[in-house]
Amino acid sequence: MDMTRRAALLTSAAIASSVAFPMRSLFAQETPRKGGVFTVHYGAEQRQLNPSLQASTGVYIIGGKIQEQLVDLDAAGKPVGVLATSWEAAPDGKTITFKLRDGVKWHDGRPFTSADVQFTAMEMWKKILNYGTTLQLFLTAVDTPDPLTAVFRYERPMPLNLLLRALPDLGYISPRHIYEGKGDIRQNPANLAPIGTGPFKFVTYERGQHVIADRNADYWRPNAPHLDRIVWRVVTDRSAAAAQMEAGQIHYSPFSGLTISDAARLGKDKRFIVSTKGNEGNARTNTIEFNFRRKELADIRVRRAIAHALDIPFFIENFLGDFAKRGTGPVPSVSTDFYPADNGPQYPFDKKRAAALLDEAGFKAGAGGTRFSLRLLPAPWGEDITLFATFIQQSLADVGIKVEVVRTDGGGFLKQVYDEHAFDLATGWHQYRNDPAVSTTVWYRSGQPKGAPWTNQWGWTDETMDKIIDDAATEVDVAKRKALYGDFVRRANTELPIWTPIEQIFLTAISAKARNHSNTPRWGSSSWHDLWLAE
Amino acid sequence: MRILTLAGRRLAASIPTLFLILIGVFVLLQFAPGDTVDALMAQMGGGDAETAKQLRQYYGLDVSAWAQLGNYLWRLVRLDLGFSAIYGKPVATVIAERLPATILLMTASLSLAFFFGLVFGVIAARGVNRWPDTLISTLGLVFYAMPTFWFGLMAIVVFSIYLQWLPAGGFEDITVARTGLARTLDIASHLVLPTLTLALFYMAIYLRIMRGSMLEVLTLDFVRTARAKGMDETRVVVRHVLRNALLPMVTLIGLQAGTMLGGSVVVESVFSLPGLGRLAYESVIQRDLNTLLGIVFVSALLVITVNFIVDLLYARLDPRITTGS
Repeated sequence: MDMTRRAALLTSAAIASSVAFPMRSLFAQETPRKGGVFTVHYGAEQRQLNPSLQASTGVYIIGGKIQEQLVDLDAAGKPVGVLATSWEAAPDGKTITFKLRDGVKWHDGRPFTSADVQFTAMEMWKKILNYGTTLQLFLTAVDTPDPLTAVFRYERPMPLNLLLRALPDLGYISPRHIYEGKGDIRQNPANLAPIGTGPFKFVTYERGQHVIADRNADYWRPNAPHLDRIVWRVVTDRSAAAAQMEAGQIHYSPFSGLTISDAARLGKDKRFIVSTKGNEGNARTNTIEFNFRRKELADIRVRRAIAHALDIPFFIENFLGDFAKRGTGPVPSVSTDFYPADNGPQYPFDKKRAAALLDEAGFKAGAGGTRFSLRLLPAPWGEDITLFATFIQQSLADVGIKVEVVRTDGGGFLKQVYDEHAFDLATGWHQYRNDPAVSTTVWYRSGQPKGAPWTNQWGWTDETMDKIIDDAATEVDVAKRKALYGDFVRRANTELPIWTPIEQIFLTAISAKARNHSNTPRWGSSSWHDLWLAE
Repeated sequence: MRILTLAGRRLAASIPTLFLILIGVFVLLQFAPGDTVDALMAQMGGGDAETAKQLRQYYGLDVSAWAQLGNYLWRLVRLDLGFSAIYGKPVATVIAERLPATILLMTASLSLAFFFGLVFGVIAARGVNRWPDTLISTLGLVFYAMPTFWFGLMAIVVFSIYLQWLPAGGFEDITVARTGLARTLDIASHLVLPTLTLALFYMAIYLRIMRGSMLEVLTLDFVRTARAKGMDETRVVVRHVLRNALLPMVTLIGLQAGTMLGGSVVVESVFSLPGLGRLAYESVIQRDLNTLLGIVFVSALLVITVNFIVDLLYARLDPRITTGS
């Protein structure tokens, strides 16, 4: 087992040197070729495809080409208008006005207007969309003074910057005329046959096989899109997906869809490009969650000792390769808007210190050198988590903490950790969504309802932390807000209810024939209006 | 008429079994932590508690487990398999969509395995302990021992990536629209590798069974009698030995039809085929109880049917079996 891991690793370390990107500059003079079919690896089928109702990469990878949002992120990671052309916030932060793009048509020919924005915001984002319900909690109304103006009214100040950074993911618009008065929104047939304003029109979805979308000839951007068709192939087996890429049946495997070793192998092949580029907006950190209901873990010294006991640089170097780095806190370093200059205490590898801290806390080594035992639940989202769980188990054994690793599938993991609290340690991913208020602060804010996944279910309450989070959520001044999130990160690292020791970005594997790819921070989710395939 | 009585009796006997199986699966799945809403949350990457509550109501999970089971069985009595949580469609439709690929793969590989298992088994038995037997038995052992997923992946590497003769996966080519014969040929070319992968394993079993049972029958008295009356060896083998030696093979096929239906998950995953095995796997992961119970129900029906046919075949192969009952 060790040998395989090491082999996988060595190869993955070798990729970075051989990856030849960005290649775009080389092709800058090329004229985009019209036509072609772009095939995409679709690893996990979702229950529906409408990004106004479900915020997840599995939906964006398809729905994001068919439906569009008010704003997206540009190459530099700054908000850029898509269906909105401009925006303005009132000084009190309670009113935000969007001017909408003129002449945009839905795929069925009806015009896109502010009524669509109003309906989607009030009926979908506020009521159904995951994370949207939290973001738009204080949204009271969307006024539509004319067809091209939408005025968002909030009960409490909504920082414009937060909204603009959240909307690329949580701001997809659905057609009002398809949903209104047609019964339960969740059951609308358009959720599986989406109608949007995007560059590609939905054609067909064969469950378990493929999804097809064709070029939208009436798309509002001039001279776009270039491709004739996009085909998403459902391939659940990761090795099979790599084989299909090699056989030329798949052009693109997004979001670390291949195994670490296959990605390393394809990275050395001239026909493919393997890199983290284009995924900066989808940063994630590997986490260790502590259950404060265990008296040992409620002691800060024990949590710090556990952090000191893990040789993170060794783990990254030997198991994850060049696509991961040491994490510094809940806000990852790719977040240029919020990454603080000072992250507060870090916990370098120091076994002696770990042992000393455990002794100090009163947990002396008993018979056989064991101090106490813990149950560790690794999330089943990726092979790095499985590896990390084993690494934690072995490292903690060295300082006298016996760890039992309990593996489950996705549903089981969420139930046991977030609802039943039947864990001592858990390890998984925290997905950062461009602004800490979108999906990061809920991991730390107390008072989360039991059973809500990816929230503070650790049994940890900290008034200082709660106050920082609440203040930042309604602070409209950009600089003050950033400062508050600096406090947030430092408080998180000091109290350590969760430790975020590794920072990763999803890996893309794509055919070298693709042009204009990976050119925005959330490219896999974006609309691909400028993507084309060279001969 | 006798066939109908037999069929009726079989069916009546299998109904309690069917219900027991369904209740068993239902209870088993209750032991798995989490429900379909947890699985959905896992897939979405999060959501708030209010959403979860709404969803539980929507999927009918807000009542007790026994009430859920009661509801399910009551619907089943009215021949309604319910609504699939992951597909948002009636379970019957979801299964009907997946059935063609499964049946195609199953019949193709079972017939292939049966035919070559029979032929190689006979050849091995005729040349027992000589080189054909050694070669066939060794190869059989190799195919039997080889993990299906590895064999599938290697087949892809050789035939799809290296030689580029056959597609690496999928049920048909979707980048170009085909109709009629061209489409049939296209689907056939997609099924070559998965069929071979699945068939080789079963062929290995069949040829060993066939070889063993041939050797046993060859020593029986009636074979000696047949030879003594001057029949030539080929006729002895075909008319007398083969027919008797086939009985264990037929039994095995009846047993394995069920296994194959659900057991092709690996092959379906490796070759990205939209079959029932993968559907069942997904239903478990997503805790989609209705779909899973639906698949169990349909599989059980298929197994009952296949076994009924096997019973009829017994009678055809060995008339003594029916006269006894």
